[in-house]
Amino acid sequence: MDRSDIIKPENLVYSKPKLMNDNPMHYCPGCSHGVVHKLIAEVIEEMGMEHKSVGVSPVGCAVFIYNYLDIDWEEAAHGRAPAVATAIKRLWPDRLVFSYQGDGDLAAIGTAETIHALNRGENITIIFINNAIYGMTGGQMAPTTLIGMKTATCPYGRDPKIQGYPLKITEIAAQLEGTAYVTRQSVQTPAAIRKAKKAIRKAFDNSMQGKGSNLVEIVSTCNSGWKMSPEKANKWMEENMFPFYPLGDLKDKE
Amino acid sequence: MGKIKGVVVVDTERCKGCNLCVVACPLKVLALAKEVNLKGYNYAQQVLEDTCTGCTSCAVVCPDGCLTVYRTKVE
Repeated sequence: MDRSDIIKPENLVYSKPKLMNDNPMHYCPGCSHGVVHKLIAEVIEEMGMEHKSVGVSPVGCAVFIYNYLDIDWEEAAHGRAPAVATAIKRLWPDRLVFSYQGDGDLAAIGTAETIHALNRGENITIIFINNAIYGMTGGQMAPTTLIGMKTATCPYGRDPKIQGYPLKITEIAAQLEGTAYVTRQSVQTPAAIRKAKKAIRKAFDNSMQGKGSNLVEIVSTCNSGWKMSPEKANKWMEENMFPFYPLGDLKDKE
Repeated sequence: MGKIKGVVVVDTERCKGCNLCVVACPLKVLALAKEVNLKGYNYAQQVLEDTCTGCTSCAVVCPDGCLTVYRTKVE
C-alpha cells in the first residue's frame, strides 16, 4: 500500500483544529503556547461553541492570539483580563468567556484582578501559562521564577533575600470560596496534553454551568528565555519546575 | 490480523524544526530534514515508511499544528 493510498479523508485521524487558521504563529520553535492554543480550539469545537466564545488576550507573548484562533477576542490592558472577562460574562451570560494569561500578566501586574475575579466566583475560566519568566521582553525575572533560577535580571540566580519567594498563585486560588475548579497541568508529552485538554474542557463546562470561577495553570517552557533547546527545556521543566509546581487538581467543587 | 499503517504529512512551510515531534515519536519514524524551508528551518519529515502506526503522538505535541496523520488497516 502506497502513501497516496492512505492519505484520504476517511483515514484522517489527526489534523490541525479547524478553529486554528493558517497564519504562521510568531512563537519561537517549540513554544508551549501553540499546544495550548490547539487545545483551546479543539475543546471549543467539541463543545460546539465556535460562534459563542469570547477570549480575553493578555499582554505578553500571547497578545497576538487573535491572529490564530478564529473566535471572538478582546484585548485587555496589562493584567486586567479577568476584569474585562467579568464584564463580558455578566453582560452576555450565554457566552463561553475565558482569559488567556501568562505569569507576568496574571501573577505580577494582574494579581489583584485575578484574585478578586476568582474570589467573586465569576463564571469564567482563566488559563494561566506559567513558564517562570518574562518571555516577551527578553527573559527577565517573574514572580514565579524559581529560587536559584538565572534570568536576565537575576543573573546569579534568584535569591529570596533580595527578590523574595516564587508566588504559587494556583495554591492561593484554591483557598478562595468562589473557585469551582483549580488545577495545574503541563503540555510536554502526549499523555500530559490529553490530561490538560480534559482539564480545560472541565473548566469550560463549569463556567457554562455557572459553578464558579475556574483556573487552569499550564506549567510550560520558554526555551528562548531559558536558553535551551525545546527538548532540553521540557526536561528541565520536569526536573525543576514540577517539584515546586506539582501537577494535579487542587480543588474540584462538584 | 491486519497491520495498522500510518502516514504523517508535514506542512513543511509551517514547520519550525523544533524537534519535539521527533522526540515524541515512540517508533522513531520522524527526523529533521537536511534541507531547509523558506524560513530557514530544518523541517520534520517521515523517514520510515512502514514503521508508523498512526498513533498521533507527533501531531499532538506539535506546537504549530503542522502535522496531519492518516491511519488505515492493511489486510
